[in-house]
Amino acid sequence: MTAVTAADAGLLVCHACSLVSRATAGHEAACARCGAGLHARKPDSVARTWAFLIAAYILYVPANVLPVMETGSLFGSQSDTIMSGVVYLWTSGSWPLAVIVFVASILVPGAKMLALTVLLVSVQRRSTWRLQERTRLYRMVEFVGRWSMVDIYVAAILTALVQFQALATIKAGPAAIAFGAVVVLTMFSAESFDPRLIWDPVRGYDD
Amino acid sequence: MDTRSLIACHECDLLCRDTPVAPGSKACCRRCGAVLYRRIPDSLDRTVACLLGAAMLMIVANAFPIVGLEAQGNRTSTTLFGSVRTLYDDGMTSVAALVFVTTILMPALEVGAMLYMLLPLKLGWLPKGLAAVFRLVQTVRPWGMVEVFMLGTLVSLAKLTHLAHVVPGVALWSFGLLMVLVAAAAASFDPHELWARADAIASQQDSFDTGAVAAEAAR
Repeated sequence: MTAVTAADAGLLVCHACSLVSRATAGHEAACARCGAGLHARKPDSVARTWAFLIAAYILYVPANVLPVMETGSLFGSQSDTIMSGVVYLWTSGSWPLAVIVFVASILVPGAKMLALTVLLVSVQRRSTWRLQERTRLYRMVEFVGRWSMVDIYVAAILTALVQFQALATIKAGPAAIAFGAVVVLTMFSAESFDPRLIWDPVRGYDD
Repeated sequence: MDTRSLIACHECDLLCRDTPVAPGSKACCRRCGAVLYRRIPDSLDRTVACLLGAAMLMIVANAFPIVGLEAQGNRTSTTLFGSVRTLYDDGMTSVAALVFVTTILMPALEVGAMLYMLLPLKLGWLPKGLAAVFRLVQTVRPWGMVEVFMLGTLVSLAKLTHLAHVVPGVALWSFGLLMVLVAAAAASFDPHELWARADAIASQQDSFDTGAVAAEAAR
């Protein structure tokens, strides 16, 4: 297969409106149609993706260890981490919900960070291993990341609703901040990764 | 070589020729399988219809309580903005900001900006700053999370049914519909048609202007 990429042909694609234009050497180029800055690849893609990803890894720890919700009632107070919330749902009989929360707030963020690590390492090693699968992996990472926000919204609604002074009050715990930051950071990380880097090493094989 | 007839895959950078496809079908990259573009029948009309519906539902969804709770004669209910306020008052400023941005600000910006672009194009004139607004929509889109919020609401309702009597509010249903309409608008939106129409209107205006000048000169 002879594959000519836009970069090979000296062309730049606008990341916003997809217009293809000729690369001009020297000055910073802007898209003729929509005015977005033109780059052959996202600038400093690997470094930026690593930076957001490492920050997300660090915050993943407090997000899972600290309490995400603090319930106060007549019978004392109780604090729940994300995992203990899942366990509570499981033992109280609503296992479909337990599965949803587990997948959305523990499995997805973890898997997403691992996937980004695999993508970054393989890109840095200029690997040509399973190109299509890795592209698909990136597509999944992009699609699935937003669903981790579920736990934040649950905390938001519960804190607003459960405000019966004596009976029970719910407050969002410090893990909510860390967890929200993990979701946002992994989204930034996925956004700064350039999937075209996966395919760049192929050029050497074709020519 | 005319670069207008070329497109490059946004996922693997492969150069492809922009060949027309049948309405309702899509073109995929032959190397990595990414969707390059799709032709949606009546794309503009469908998108504008969904957006107008979404704009109205958005008002209802934000003005009325999402859900109410009854326990031991006590009654509480909250709107979306109310829950943001409670988080803010509890000192959870960053979480409050995150919820506000992803469920109120970004969806509103997306729907508003899309309407600002598409309504004038539909009526046959060019909106000011089309390019900038187009880029704004591209940036804003991943951060509107109405559908995730909907799932979060359902999870918290299920959690609360053990604790108290739950009364679903008008805004809950509006949010459900809003989620569908926002997704439908995004699915029927075809940037290719947007630029084609903008180009057509621009060239029409040009020929109109030169025609007017020619008529002036002839007199």
